[in-house]
Amino acid sequence: MSKFQTLSEYERPLSDGYKLLPFRFTPLDSTNYVLTNQAGEFLVLDRPTLDTFVRHRLSTTESTYADLKSKHFLVDSDSSVAIDLLALKTRTKLRRLADFTGLHIFVVSLRCEHSCPYCQVSRKSDDKTAFDMSIETAEKALALVFRSPSPAIKIEFQGGEPLLNFPLIRFIVERAETINVIQKRNLQFVIATNLALIDDDILGFSRAHKILISTSLDGPADLHNKNRPRPGNNSYQKAVEGIGRVRQALGRDQVSALMTTTHASLGRVREIIDEYIAQGFSGIFLRTLSPYGFAIKTKWFEAYDAPEWLQFYFDGLDYILELNRAGHHFTEFYAATILTKMLTPFEPGFVDLRSPAGIGIAAIVYNYDGDVYASDEGRMLAEMGDKKFMIGNVHRDAYEDIILSDALLNPIEESFAASVPMCSDCAFEPFCGSDPVFHYATTGDFIGRKPLSAFCGRNMSIFRHLITLMRRDEEVKRIFVRWANR
Amino acid sequence: MLVLNGRALDFHNFQSDAKNAIIRVSAQPNRPNPLRKREAFLVTDQNPPEGFDMYIGVAKTASALKRISLDARTIILPDEFEYIADGDVLRIWPGQKQVRVLYRRNSSYNYFLTTERCNHYCLMCSQPPKDIDDSWIIEDILTAIPLIDQATQEIGFTGGEPFLLGDKFLRVLRTMKSYLPNTGIHILSNGRLFADEEFAKRYADIDHSDMMVGIPIYSDVSTIHDYVVQSDNAFDETLRGILNLKRYGQKVEIRVVIHQQTYSRLPQLAEFIVRNLTFVDQVALMGLEITGFTRANLPKLWIDPSEYQSELYKAVTMLADSRMRVSIYNHQLCLLDRRLWPYAKKSISDWKNEYMPECKGCREQENCGGFFSSAKIRYSDHIKAFA
Repeated sequence: MSKFQTLSEYERPLSDGYKLLPFRFTPLDSTNYVLTNQAGEFLVLDRPTLDTFVRHRLSTTESTYADLKSKHFLVDSDSSVAIDLLALKTRTKLRRLADFTGLHIFVVSLRCEHSCPYCQVSRKSDDKTAFDMSIETAEKALALVFRSPSPAIKIEFQGGEPLLNFPLIRFIVERAETINVIQKRNLQFVIATNLALIDDDILGFSRAHKILISTSLDGPADLHNKNRPRPGNNSYQKAVEGIGRVRQALGRDQVSALMTTTHASLGRVREIIDEYIAQGFSGIFLRTLSPYGFAIKTKWFEAYDAPEWLQFYFDGLDYILELNRAGHHFTEFYAATILTKMLTPFEPGFVDLRSPAGIGIAAIVYNYDGDVYASDEGRMLAEMGDKKFMIGNVHRDAYEDIILSDALLNPIEESFAASVPMCSDCAFEPFCGSDPVFHYATTGDFIGRKPLSAFCGRNMSIFRHLITLMRRDEEVKRIFVRWANR
Repeated sequence: MLVLNGRALDFHNFQSDAKNAIIRVSAQPNRPNPLRKREAFLVTDQNPPEGFDMYIGVAKTASALKRISLDARTIILPDEFEYIADGDVLRIWPGQKQVRVLYRRNSSYNYFLTTERCNHYCLMCSQPPKDIDDSWIIEDILTAIPLIDQATQEIGFTGGEPFLLGDKFLRVLRTMKSYLPNTGIHILSNGRLFADEEFAKRYADIDHSDMMVGIPIYSDVSTIHDYVVQSDNAFDETLRGILNLKRYGQKVEIRVVIHQQTYSRLPQLAEFIVRNLTFVDQVALMGLEITGFTRANLPKLWIDPSEYQSELYKAVTMLADSRMRVSIYNHQLCLLDRRLWPYAKKSISDWKNEYMPECKGCREQENCGGFFSSAKIRYSDHIKAFA
């Protein structure tokens, strides 16, 4: 008689049956379903297995039973710690909400010397200073910045071309640092610039104050110059030279670049990615155009449809995976953001893909004229004449009035994905977000109609695509885990 | 293999009622007199100085012992104790003529067994539990700690389950902090007692900056873990214990022993750890030690490590790519997937570390963790020397 008991002795409680924990499911393809729990853990089952599972007929000896139990889709009477762990994971996913607004965008000038037809902020070409932010406005805005309880504060200078008002950037940086001597936040600055106006003076100041540079790079020279015209037709040359100068002066990782997909980009995704590799970047964010500003006026926004963009995106992703398989580490940042939601216990905190929406409570915009907007897209819309997302003015309103305004709270509440029709029972909701500004701009309300929503369609396709890719190939899964934890 | 515990060849001049003692060994002939009175002098070939509480030597040097005054207390040990050196700490039982080496100053593998009692009965336990009152061990440890060199890097505590001793063991940890503030502490525990949040808080209140608990999780599924440790509810209590320890900011290591009952879900366990326990400080994936209960249960535990390399690779990369610290313990390099070499640690305590005849001439031997001495009973069929 052995003094050790057998495994089946310990499996006795399983005969009591199992309970389902909250989860949602949606078809992945013609035979498989994706199941997700509220912490973003997922599992793919074929339809008969899913059916057996929800009917409480799944055999405890099947490995699927162990998988579902391990990922907290079911509990049996042998173990109840799943509830503690799920609660912890849910808290972890929502943790960033408590930090509140971290990104503070200052539109220091709406002027620009570029004349991009896809400009989504409706830049002004006037030489006048009517579209520059004043010192008084900046001072008032800074007072609001430090009312946010966030332990990390990032101040981003936007335009127009913010370097056209560099003296104000200088003022804001120095003033913010003075305030921070007492506030002691993790304070960071970013300038979003086309780099055409960068000079040693600006670089010296940026080095002294550890300012990061964010720029635009749309692809090879001909494409970039076509998308981003300026006098002299040398936008590409200016950007590339500027990237080099910033790296030299501030450090290799102190400059990042963003691309925007235009009709002319379609079919050229490999060249665009190659351009990023040639410029020494470790990744790319393949971005679609947004329906604001000149992009609407010039009809560039409607020059391609969602399937065309997805084709472009998936081709790009294939190429990037090819590069990674061959040993070159290179990341597609939008996929990486989603993969962080899928493959880690953390929430990436990407402002445009979270629920509740990031408007106001993750990012906030102080416009050149002192108006405060709930998001960058909100002020883009305002330049088109619709001030729906204006939530106050730095000269007129107190912090509490701005943050508690109906103009901010209504869109956040109404668009909260967990309670929005079709989102609330969508299995992909834990990976997704809500974009009340996009839906307002395209349909006139904060929610939109999901079957017709380009935001919904695009993201659902990407979720399915990413899951399919990593199911098919262990090596892709490993690349994705690395992206998720980059 | 080093012998730490043994019978002396002779105890000379000890009175019949001499008490058990814990004593520090000195090899320095010029020790100040007040210290000589409470230390054992290690006799080699030179003339032994006077005034030490006792004198210790091995059979080889017995002739030198004869030069000590006739009434001095002396202990002659078998030659296998020749490694004993200055600064070591011994426990002596004059009644049984027993000696145990409690602490070796030159070793980085010092640990104290705190109790043989345990609330687990693991299939592969290397130190089979006994249900006895062995609380005297704790008193010995408390006496030994002040004798330990202050430059010691780390001291381990093992069992049994140390925390079954409750506040008595916490007192040992506080004593460690008081006498050896710069010495790291590593405790092997199943973590279940910390399911009591109040106890976790009392442990955290010791406030030691370099103290870690190594806690085993053998499966992502409760039934398998409970079966391996032969105890109901173990999985839930261990997990709640880990959550409580981290709630109070304590360092936790997860230890997984890989064997026939645990290898197949290793990748799922790695994912479970990433999703649920991402905040633990490190994860160790360990090979089986063929001793204790493992011998009795060998047929249901043994699997050749060469057969689980794919599971091990998936688990290690999942943890490492998720930015967790992961190590592989007790594995020979010739069995490991090359890609896993950077994670392999030489983890086997020096006193029970050996190599097999197949290892002869291997050029990687210096980098290889080798075997537990107990592995002679069973080891992989695929051991081969790198030429």
